[in-house]
Amino acid sequence: MPVRGDTLYAAILRSPHPHAEILSIDASKALARPGVAAVLTGPEVKAMTEPFIVGVKAPIDDWALAVDRVRYVGEPVAVIVAGDRYQAEDALDAIEVEYRPLPIELDPRTAARPDATLLHPACKSNIVHDRTFRYGDPESAFANAPHRIKLEVEYPRVLCAPMEGYIVVADHNAAEDSFDVIANFQGPFSVLTVVPRALRVAGNKFRLRTPPNSGGSFGSKLAIFPYMVLICIAAKKTGRPVKWVEDRLEHLAASGSGPHRITNIEAAVAKDGEILALNCDHLEEYGALLRAPMPGPLYRMHGVTTGTYGIRHLAIRNRIVLTNKAPVSLVRGFGGPQIYFALERLVQRIAVELKLEPLAVMRRNLIPANAFPYRTAAGALLDSGDFQNAIATAIDEGGLGELQHRREEARKAGRLYGIGFACASEPGVSNMGYLSTLLPLEARRKAGPKDGAIGTATVAVDGNGQVTVASDSTPQGQGHRTVLAQIVADELGLTPNDIAVNVELDTSKDAWSIAAGNYASRFAASTANAAYLAAGRIRKKLAAIAALSLGVSSESLTFKGGKICSLTDPTKTLPLYRVAGMAHWSPGSLPDDITPGLRETVQWNPRELTPPTENDEINTSLTYGFIFDFCGVEIDRITGEVRIDKYVTMHDGGRLLNPALVESQVHGALGQAFGATLYENFAYGADGNLLTSTFADYLLPTAMEIPPTQLLYQETPSPFTPLGTKGVGEGNSMTTPACIGNAVADALGIRDVPLPITPVRIAALLHGEELPPPAKFTSAPSSTTAATVERRHDSLMQRLFSKREQL
Amino acid sequence: MPILKAGERHTVTLTLNGRPATGYAESRTLLSDFIRHELGATGTHVGCEHGVCGACTVRVDGKAVRSCLTLAVQAAGCQVETVEGLAPRGTLSILQEAFKRHHAVQCGYCTPGILMSLTHYLETNPEATEMQLREVIGGHLCRCTGYTQIVAAAVDVATRLREAARKP
Ligand code: FES
Ligand code: FES
Repeated sequence: MPVRGDTLYAAILRSPHPHAEILSIDASKALARPGVAAVLTGPEVKAMTEPFIVGVKAPIDDWALAVDRVRYVGEPVAVIVAGDRYQAEDALDAIEVEYRPLPIELDPRTAARPDATLLHPACKSNIVHDRTFRYGDPESAFANAPHRIKLEVEYPRVLCAPMEGYIVVADHNAAEDSFDVIANFQGPFSVLTVVPRALRVAGNKFRLRTPPNSGGSFGSKLAIFPYMVLICIAAKKTGRPVKWVEDRLEHLAASGSGPHRITNIEAAVAKDGEILALNCDHLEEYGALLRAPMPGPLYRMHGVTTGTYGIRHLAIRNRIVLTNKAPVSLVRGFGGPQIYFALERLVQRIAVELKLEPLAVMRRNLIPANAFPYRTAAGALLDSGDFQNAIATAIDEGGLGELQHRREEARKAGRLYGIGFACASEPGVSNMGYLSTLLPLEARRKAGPKDGAIGTATVAVDGNGQVTVASDSTPQGQGHRTVLAQIVADELGLTPNDIAVNVELDTSKDAWSIAAGNYASRFAASTANAAYLAAGRIRKKLAAIAALSLGVSSESLTFKGGKICSLTDPTKTLPLYRVAGMAHWSPGSLPDDITPGLRETVQWNPRELTPPTENDEINTSLTYGFIFDFCGVEIDRITGEVRIDKYVTMHDGGRLLNPALVESQVHGALGQAFGATLYENFAYGADGNLLTSTFADYLLPTAMEIPPTQLLYQETPSPFTPLGTKGVGEGNSMTTPACIGNAVADALGIRDVPLPITPVRIAALLHGEELPPPAKFTSAPSSTTAATVERRHDSLMQRLFSKREQL
Repeated sequence: MPILKAGERHTVTLTLNGRPATGYAESRTLLSDFIRHELGATGTHVGCEHGVCGACTVRVDGKAVRSCLTLAVQAAGCQVETVEGLAPRGTLSILQEAFKRHHAVQCGYCTPGILMSLTHYLETNPEATEMQLREVIGGHLCRCTGYTQIVAAAVDVATRLREAARKP
């Protein structure tokens, strides 16, 4: 990112304490260090900015950096601005901060207790949101059901960790008191509105430009916005542009992971496995602050709490608890992994307890193919699908029979082998009104309706017939430019190479709306449709101009090979560039009903995204794809390591615009999901320190950990999008942990599967907790000790397997 | 061996992709920062600065090394190759071609490092097996692709190299 020659560089001092009062900060020695231009600390930030607004009604004190108190390890405490990054980092050591440590809360359960240490004393509790929902008549369904089956599941914090960190370059124009920022922000742009507010300027005095390329995000680069505020203030203070690049240690400590959710899920079940009612009690931990758009994960999936199943009676309780951990941010899947790990694990449990096949329970409850569009109990309007057919195809083409055979053989040989299944409804394009479901009805009425999701794209043709496309989707490697070129080329009879696509976004002059950005799998089902509609308008206009000069009707014209030609008379043809030229060079000769120039911006909004109803029903997303996964796993009896023998995933993502790009997205999501399920653990020690602060501690999967996978597709177009597309790309973040979890449960005959499923945890199940080392190495290890250990293992193995028999 | 003083700037001259290049570096300046900020070759990316992710991999005197774990002054007088030097401007190396064919690139942040490691490995082991290539790629982190298509691209090149070697 090229910057002006006089640019300064920022480094951030971060809290070493999980919870402490800041008694004093002395930056005088730091200011004296070579190259240092300025230091920003809490009091100044408090004087120059406003705190961030919070999504729930709770007095949470949230500033761009710590004011008076730190609440998690890694929280920004001061910013140093210097001639280069080396100098800025050198001077961090010279800032003297006096802290008074406070008691900490790390565990969501204990933080939720009334006697817990308060993160924000003004809130009077660490539970900052508690709301219940009821659809149908769950109480009677539970009272009358032949079976009640429940599970408590936990989905821990995981991180998406894009390879490139956050980057902010900010400049301040003192004459106009306006800010100009370049940052690899990913949206949703609705969140961006909080930044000028915090900077105390009008929205039109804050300009954000996004770069042409960004090194991955997966949700992560939403949480860059507090840093925009910090770096803007640093630029204002120094009167020079300031650049800050987040390093890996900062990213791991403070960029924010997904939330930690504890769900108590219970189903009322008929003898044949039909789920008559569902009760979900979620306690979700968000760290020290609740930053926009939190608590998104708790509500994004609200409409599809019942997944792919036709469950009509539903009760939900949503609670949010704060702890002394880094504030939660966006991650791939956003709420989906948590919902489906609970629901799909429960389906497996129902099968075990009722002695049914997991697939039979799944099939018994699936929404029938002729029921679409289908309104779920909580209000989602599932657009289309044929779940039964997708499952049948996957079983057949994915070779379930072969895996079952392998399981049989393995078990005969005394090995631990299991098969797991999971399915999910994968949301695409979030309803901008879904988060208002968290407000009680009266509060919603007062705030006014929130709904919809506007997708924006512009197609322009210049006087020489050259086509340019711009969009609001700020991609980070998903190939949006390729797809936009393809869509527009198809409409205008050109080749993708003829189309120039620019996906940088400049909020001061490009077309965008609050739903802009690259999140919630919105590109294919939103932005791509806006581009398609904009290209359609251009086509119509060109056809009308060509029709006039060719003396034919515009309906009889087709676009092919850079020409506009009559379908009936091959002599009537004009090159596209000639027609485009007329629109620019001779606007006076255009018919009255045609506007001059050739630039069309479409802001497309789907009507299906309505606000929450009086009964709290909400259509959380526009499109709902279907995913069905199964896998075979083998567990090493000695090490407890889980090896995925084969993983099969079937996706119905509506009409696929570019199958190769979809395939890339599925592989990418799978890679991240294997990590989340088996390796990644965003761990804090009992003292509140982050244990996984480097890539050597936070274990991301490498090429060595990727098992054999098979990808399958079905295409059921969405009736709600002009192109028939749905959102794709997040799905396996949602299904894979549940699918592997179910396979491990099947292999070991266990009820609860802890995430991540590490060898240590499985070995503890297989062999019991590790024994303490012998008291003194000097005392020779007696044979009796070894024998005791072995006996202990044997009895544990017996326990484990007698447990399997009992089931 | 020259004696370098901390806090002083030194002139470092090396060969970057076949051409002499000179810039200033303190004794502590990382090779990655020197290449990117001083010499302006920003194709080399930095993903962790602690030697794990591999994004910063370049070749120094033929060997693939982590430029974030190398000091600029250590590379003085060396042949340094970066992703910009893999193929003449406007063309792609066979490995880059294979990455394109197999959709092995998404955001492209990890790609230069992986290309440098694989180029080095395939040059010295043209008969590499899938497992060996997986291990080489295993020295890098990619968050976008899930690796499957990267492995496919590498295997494709190894197959082509093997076939080319067999041809009389
Ligand atoms: S940046 Fe050098 S290994 Fe990650
Ligand atoms: S392609 Fe994005 S990190 Fe590898």
